[in-house]
Amino acid sequence: MTKGKVWKYKDNINTDIITPPESMELDIKSAAKYCMANLDPTFADGFQPGDIFVCEHNLGSGSSRETAPLCLKELGVRIVIAMDYARIFYRNCINVGIIVLECPDTDKISKDDMLDVDYLTGIILNETTGQTYHCNPIPTHIAQIIEKGGLINYISDKLRKS
Amino acid sequence: MTSIKADDIVWVNVDKAMMDDILGPRVEIADNLVKMGAKIWDPQKVVIVSDHYTPPANIKQANIVKFTRDWASENKVSNYYEFAGPCHQVMVDKGHVVPGTVVVGTDSHTTTYGALTCFSSGIGSTEMSGVLATGQIWMKVPQTIHINWDGELHPGVMAKDVSLHTIKHLGHAGATYKSMEYDGSSIRHMIMDERMCLSNMAVEAGAKAGIIGYDQITAEYMKRRFGITDDFSQFNSDADANYIQTLNFDASQLVPQVACPHEVDNVFNVVDVNDVKVNQVYIGSCTGGRYHDLKMAAELLKGKTVEPTIRVLVSPASKDIYNECLKDGILSILADAGCIILGSTCGACLGVHSGNIGDHEVCVSTTNRNFLGRMGSKSSGVYLVSPLTAAATALTGKLTDPRKFL
Repeated sequence: MTKGKVWKYKDNINTDIITPPESMELDIKSAAKYCMANLDPTFADGFQPGDIFVCEHNLGSGSSRETAPLCLKELGVRIVIAMDYARIFYRNCINVGIIVLECPDTDKISKDDMLDVDYLTGIILNETTGQTYHCNPIPTHIAQIIEKGGLINYISDKLRKS
Repeated sequence: MTSIKADDIVWVNVDKAMMDDILGPRVEIADNLVKMGAKIWDPQKVVIVSDHYTPPANIKQANIVKFTRDWASENKVSNYYEFAGPCHQVMVDKGHVVPGTVVVGTDSHTTTYGALTCFSSGIGSTEMSGVLATGQIWMKVPQTIHINWDGELHPGVMAKDVSLHTIKHLGHAGATYKSMEYDGSSIRHMIMDERMCLSNMAVEAGAKAGIIGYDQITAEYMKRRFGITDDFSQFNSDADANYIQTLNFDASQLVPQVACPHEVDNVFNVVDVNDVKVNQVYIGSCTGGRYHDLKMAAELLKGKTVEPTIRVLVSPASKDIYNECLKDGILSILADAGCIILGSTCGACLGVHSGNIGDHEVCVSTTNRNFLGRMGSKSSGVYLVSPLTAAATALTGKLTDPRKFL
């Protein structure tokens, strides 16, 4: 179980918004300070490790830039929850070790709500509203990558075994 | 050969892996290979293109290009290019894309090679680390949306308009997790330069790939440019293929389109969007800077002068295209009309150099994205159009339907 406070955004939070182009020549630690800056200048300073990043439809559309999940991770994002995702961003999150949950009810979640997330069962309790939400289960092959702590560990294992 | 079907998850052998300077070795990949104790599985199958930060605008960018160049050399990647232009055009120009192969790249517009009946898709940097170590990637076999465009496009209407109109109908997430397959008589008559625009933009509807079947146009292109005469028609969809969705469009009804800020599916007829005053026109990128694009723009601008209060920037999609346009007088026509000819680069498209826009400025652009803050200030706006619409806009200083000048 993971408890955390919600940072909530709506549809189409694309990777240009998460990591604006002008920050991309910086290293990840420095680039993270500009994360979401064009949309919400309070995000990078205000986000506390363990807080939960929640959006609605089509999270992470646009560029393949892995700087987006890397900057979120740098700021302490361990779990993201959205109704649905752009595919490269979804894969990138898993590969860098962020847990991505697909939940059809994120429109019922608001900024600053406290969530209690059981990502293994996919059940989310919103302590602020008393509501319970159900996420799509994490597919088996993705769970295997997450269990290893990301793609690099997963591949390292695979290489050792071969 | 084992048969697979949509939604199966399979490990796929990669034929070519492409990396750029912005999301290539320097983001995680170099470190990850060291962490894994791995070497590149086959350096001959890797292509690295420094294109986003060329020419560098500052020391940080210069050092990123330097790092990328040195890394390519240390890892024995001989297919390394810089100052050669945006990666997708370079990949095709230099013959790294062959029909029936699987190509992945660290840029979302890697879908471009679908125009050559290649299964190609964008991936992240960590994923690329895995590909470099093993030569493989896991993929879910996508379902396919069949998109038919039949009939003849009117003068003044280009592939970019076809693309924007299709994305308007699908929505910018309408093809997520799926492939788009363009078909129909309009597509069958389209030259390769135009087809590449369609495949490039497929990702703007969320698609994993944007495929166009192998036909006479593909065959002639492969033969003329690379002397490849193999028949790749076995890679086309079966006659009885199942599609998850079919969209049918009448090309003769299509008029010039524009995607207004800040989403690619925010699409209207150009004539219905009134009085957009423009500060900059940009004709270039892996979407709208090919030979045919510049030729069409030059035909419209020949003997005329662009509106003096705006800046009109032209960046050919590769150095090869630059040279071809130079030889054929296209660049002179554009320069004589008042356009600034830039090197071949990704710089302006994603707002990192060579054409950023300031506060509240408007750019009418042939590129592929108009997201918030994409080309500069977060208060600026980008309107996506065809090269002909961009050229017409350059003459008037406001968003203009090119049919007015034909």
